[in-house]
Amino acid sequence: MNDMRLTERATDMKEIKITAEGVDVFYGDAHAIKDVSVEIEDKTVTAFIGPSGCGKSTFLRCLNRMNDTIDIARIEGDILIDGEDIYHPKVDPVQLRAKVGMVFQKPNPFPKSIYDNIAYGPRIHGLAKTKADLDDIVERALRRGALWDEVKDRLQEPGTGLSGGQQQRLCIARAVATEPEVLLMDEPCSALDPIATAQVEELIDELRQNYSVVIVTHSMQQAARVSQKTAFFHLGILVEYGETGEIFTTPKDSRTESYITGRIG
Amino acid sequence: MPVFWLVIIVLALAAAGYLLGRSRALQSAGGDSRNLHSQPNYYGSHVIMWVTVPAFGLMIVWLLAQPLLIDGRIAAQLPDTAVSEDTTLGLVMSDVRRVADGLDRAVGQGAMTEEQAGSVATELADLREQLAEVGVALGSNVSSDVLNAAQRYRDFKATGSLLMGIVVIALAIAGLILALLRTTNEFRARNVVERGVLTILMFAASIAILTTIGILLSLVFNTIEFFRLYSAWDFFFGLEWAPSFSGRGGASSLGVLPLLWGTFYISLIALLVSVPIGLFAAIYLSEYATPRVRAIAKPLLEVLAGIPTIVYGLFALLTVGPMLVSVFGQNTVGWMSGGTAVMTAGLVMGVMLIPFVSSLSDDIINAVPQAMRDGSYGLGATQSETIRQVILPAALPGIVGAILLAASRAIGETMIVVLGAGAAARLSLNPFEAMTTVTAKIVSQLTGDSDFASPEALVAFALGTTLFVLTLGLNVLALYIVRKYREQYE
Ligand SMILES: Nc1ncnc2c1ncn2[C@@H]1O[C@H](COP(=O)(O)OP(=O)(O)O)[C@@H](O)[C@H]1O
Ligand SMILES: [Mg+2]
Repeated sequence: MNDMRLTERATDMKEIKITAEGVDVFYGDAHAIKDVSVEIEDKTVTAFIGPSGCGKSTFLRCLNRMNDTIDIARIEGDILIDGEDIYHPKVDPVQLRAKVGMVFQKPNPFPKSIYDNIAYGPRIHGLAKTKADLDDIVERALRRGALWDEVKDRLQEPGTGLSGGQQQRLCIARAVATEPEVLLMDEPCSALDPIATAQVEELIDELRQNYSVVIVTHSMQQAARVSQKTAFFHLGILVEYGETGEIFTTPKDSRTESYITGRIG
Repeated sequence: MPVFWLVIIVLALAAAGYLLGRSRALQSAGGDSRNLHSQPNYYGSHVIMWVTVPAFGLMIVWLLAQPLLIDGRIAAQLPDTAVSEDTTLGLVMSDVRRVADGLDRAVGQGAMTEEQAGSVATELADLREQLAEVGVALGSNVSSDVLNAAQRYRDFKATGSLLMGIVVIALAIAGLILALLRTTNEFRARNVVERGVLTILMFAASIAILTTIGILLSLVFNTIEFFRLYSAWDFFFGLEWAPSFSGRGGASSLGVLPLLWGTFYISLIALLVSVPIGLFAAIYLSEYATPRVRAIAKPLLEVLAGIPTIVYGLFALLTVGPMLVSVFGQNTVGWMSGGTAVMTAGLVMGVMLIPFVSSLSDDIINAVPQAMRDGSYGLGATQSETIRQVILPAALPGIVGAILLAASRAIGETMIVVLGAGAAARLSLNPFEAMTTVTAKIVSQLTGDSDFASPEALVAFALGTTLFVLTLGLNVLALYIVRKYREQYE
């Protein structure tokens, strides 16, 4: 039934990649996410905006079950990727995370060479059969991360020796190397200077061709520049979700309007 | 004047100075503390500093120097006849001090009057018995030379402490007046006190450093003395350790290599035991254990570190040694003839080092940023993949540092070796044989009645220096590596 409706609407809309229904998240007794339902499209950049502490990161981390690594976190509700419940007992969170890649706020390259940083995921998941395969994967990932030209001559140097912007692109390339279907980014530019930010934003726009990208950002300009859809969170509630252009020009909710015009922050 | 009363008087002056300084400062500000440069208390503390520091400083120096000066004067005045064939000046001087001390006690207990003590002569009274009554036993009858010297000794001492009392109190009062004169509302008492505090702290730090230097120098001088008596080549490259003890005659072989080999071998076994166990324990505690388990297990593990090493030594001697013999001894494979062996000491030392390795590694693993773990989990790695491929490589330099620190403890360990490894210096590869280490030999060369000027005793200092250089090198290397590692994540 559901599928029928989807195909009908696919004429003017893209396919739905992730569906969240009535998601609640608790940290111990603290209720961090309250009854959030949202549908995230494939091959689209979706931005989560909202004042800090409103639960953007928490919700993002639900999408690849990173919250499982936090002892006190508890999640209720359903999250489906391609129609499959990712919290179903038979789903292995480790497997899931290979499919849903994540890029963090602070660039976190491993203390290994650039090559080994990229090869880390493919090696773990056995994506390459030969050394040549692996070389190939590394090159492709670095090209997609828009970093290949800068590092192709020093693949064996430590990844920690790159500049902040390069490190973040390395982390994006690293996430891309495991061939995920969804890419989650938690404020990927907040530790970067304007030039590096512009490079990463350009990269995000390109990644849209192949992936569903969800990006948390505290900069509304950034959301407006890179995203097609925007979700506004406030105090753990999803206040408004829609086309980025509409959210920024004609918000329906007064809270969204206040935030966008700088009155909540 | 007794030192006790002197201290009380200076402290009383200081207390009075505090109050005076405070009120004088307030007075100069017209009773309004806002007109003062510093809070009134600072003016008081400033006076205290001036009263106590010079006075107590002089007192300490005086107390240290006075006995030396008096000894010198008395020794110079002793007639030649006082030091006969079978004694030395040192022995006579200690007699003099004992007699003087005895006279002091006799006066203190009322057995003599002050005048009697000053005028008593050997012919008139049986001094030895009198002194024995007040609890000072003398080896022989007191000669008149010694008695005279002792009486002079007492005179000097009395004059000295009287003088000291006067000078110290004068200095305290001078400090009091000087400090009070400086106290006006403009005076920056706060800054001066601050500098005073700084000086005290620096003084404490320099005492620590000076002591270290002192210990080092005594090691070095005695080592040089040893190398004057025994060839350095034979010491460093000799393959045999066979000291002959004074009395039995014959030349000693004092080669350090068998001892170094024993030290190295036992430490190696200890590290082979402690490094894997300690490291795995650290990984479990920092990565897998729930907070509750961690809260219980970590302190428990660290209790091991608090056990005195002599207890480990007993454990080696009474439990581990016999157990090993029953497994590898004459009745079975016959590799082991006695309970004391390299293996015994090594195993027990390894147990001793486990908490050391694990708690250092635990700190280091915890210092690996959470972002590294998140990054790895985010790529779909499991916990053990993350630990093996990200956390341990990231923590490796720190862990190497921890292992080096553990090695330097193993090298310096004594009691376990003395009790568990035996006393035979031997160059052998069999870990079930008894061997001995540098530390154990330092103990055995210095205990027992050996002549401290003989190479057999002085070699202990050369061994000590060798050990010191070895462990210092290891520690410096380890600290360098650990620090380098810390910087990586700052
Ligand atoms: N690990 C955690 N343990 C407990 N509370 C948390 C944890 N992470 C986040 N929170 C709480 O959840 C709420 C949402 O946090 P977060 O999702 O990080 O907000 P945002 O990313 O929008 O700034 C905050 O109130 C925060 O204090
Ligand atoms: Mg956040």
